[in-house]
Amino acid sequence: MPMTITEKILAAHAGRDQVVPGEFIEARVDIALGNDVTAPIAIREFESFGAREVFDRNRLVLVPDHYAPNKDIKSAEQCKIMRDFARRQAITNYFEVGQMGVEHALLPEQGLVLPGDLIIGADSHTCTYGALGAFSTGVGSTDLAAVMITGKIWLRVPESIKIIFDGPLNPWVCGKDLILYTIGQITVDGALYMAMEFDGSTIRGLDIDSRFSICNMAIEAGAKSGIIAPDEITLQYVRERARRDFSIFTSDPEANYCRTLHFWAEEIQPQVALPPLPENSRPVDQIGDIPIDQVVIGSCTNGRISDLRQAAQILKGHKVNPNVRLIIIPATQSIYRQAMKEGLLDIFLEAGAAVSTPTCGPCLGGYMGVLAAGERALATTNRNFIGRMGHLQSEVYLSNPAVAAASAITGKISHPREVVSD
Amino acid sequence: MKRILGKAWKYRDNINTDEIIPAKYLNTSDPKELAQHCMAGIDEDFVRKISSGDLIVAGENFGCGSSREHAPWAIKEAGISCVIAKTFARIFFRNAINIGLPIVECRQAAEEIQPGDTIEVDVDAGKIINHSQGKEYKIAAYPPFMQRLIAAGGLLNYIKASQTSCENKIS
Repeated sequence: MPMTITEKILAAHAGRDQVVPGEFIEARVDIALGNDVTAPIAIREFESFGAREVFDRNRLVLVPDHYAPNKDIKSAEQCKIMRDFARRQAITNYFEVGQMGVEHALLPEQGLVLPGDLIIGADSHTCTYGALGAFSTGVGSTDLAAVMITGKIWLRVPESIKIIFDGPLNPWVCGKDLILYTIGQITVDGALYMAMEFDGSTIRGLDIDSRFSICNMAIEAGAKSGIIAPDEITLQYVRERARRDFSIFTSDPEANYCRTLHFWAEEIQPQVALPPLPENSRPVDQIGDIPIDQVVIGSCTNGRISDLRQAAQILKGHKVNPNVRLIIIPATQSIYRQAMKEGLLDIFLEAGAAVSTPTCGPCLGGYMGVLAAGERALATTNRNFIGRMGHLQSEVYLSNPAVAAASAITGKISHPREVVSD
Repeated sequence: MKRILGKAWKYRDNINTDEIIPAKYLNTSDPKELAQHCMAGIDEDFVRKISSGDLIVAGENFGCGSSREHAPWAIKEAGISCVIAKTFARIFFRNAINIGLPIVECRQAAEEIQPGDTIEVDVDAGKIINHSQGKEYKIAAYPPFMQRLIAAGGLLNYIKASQTSCENKIS
């Protein structure tokens, strides 16, 4: 029977020849991930279960990134629970402040997640790694605890929805715009419980960073996972990082999809998602004049080197509007260093931006850029829910890094061409 | 299972986990502390208004957004006995089943229940009873594997039982 890439990966990890959507399987996990918010609960459950050792100390990855560097005493306690546990269990892939980065940028960069893997993470944006051709999904802390004990997870095999993009991209359009556009078309529960499989000539032409942005936001359409079959671009990224073998899976031409959508990239302009849901996406030049107080460029969605390059291209030789705070957060230490080498940080600082050490911080209203009542931010992050970045009466708009950078200069949400030529 | 009977607190579609437990409270993992801020992102007085046993009734995609298990923990510890919704976001769904918070998908009940109605859920008999309106709704049974998880009292209890009985297969 023909299978999708997702079904093939799940079958391989369940020790089966085939699986069909709707059935429950028990699957072997290659990599499990927790952070300073979700791991402490998993550790509590792990210990109250009476477990002594994690299933594999090389396959559990722990990253303090949400409220680290510690934002307050309580966060410090949560980080300490995770750090102490990592030391007790001799976890190989615990990333201390100074080594750590935003988890979903860090794990691929470190070569910890690879094509054909089955990855679970106690963080909803774990779906990011589908960009490498892996099955990767977010779970809660108890699920993580169960994997820490057994190395396995129960899963319902998802139906797959196929999203095809064809044609060339318009200027200043990147992966972020394609996924915001998709969510706008299918709504925030349009892919509920499903695997979103992206394909088409546009996707094949995208760099790996854009692919990460797309799969990262599959959860914002309700999906279980997002996935892009590996190709030469994937392999180029993975080969220099992988320290173990990996498998390439692709969908059979006759595989079953519960729905197939076909979009034309040429019809898509840079997108902005209006609060309070990512589905409220519109072309940036159709939303009118919306003044902003803060711009955040960073996060697991758009804090990678190509995002920073895009922002720098716009910001070079310009100044941040006096009414705006621009906060730029390279997602990992190595992205930070690369940005430094390329002179991007100088461009940011010269423009008047604040540049921070890696953290999820403002994306979830944690710290490093929390909003007051009545304030409005434009962010390259992934959620614009009510109160997401601070006060319940503050607002978050979502965009790509180029739109965010241009808007930081003009002081209102702007198309990049208002600042630089196409 | 504890009897599920209480007053309905009704919410719209797409209630996200930031609304159930805003991120500013995620610097703790203590369920009791989390419970004090249950639903604070949409109604800061929620925990002061509810009585133990009350139910949350909501529309589509309840619990969307972050994977924070703090959300179902906060609801459970606040004394909410069950969440009825048209649909649940998948991570919230897993988390609730895994920690033993009763949740029920029932489109018609979620539509027709009014705020303040007295609702009973009889999981074993597979029905929701709206005492205020004198209506009953059938609940679709969970797949057998999930029934076993629920009967065991959550995922870790299930694993513990499977390990002892040496049958740890899903079928």
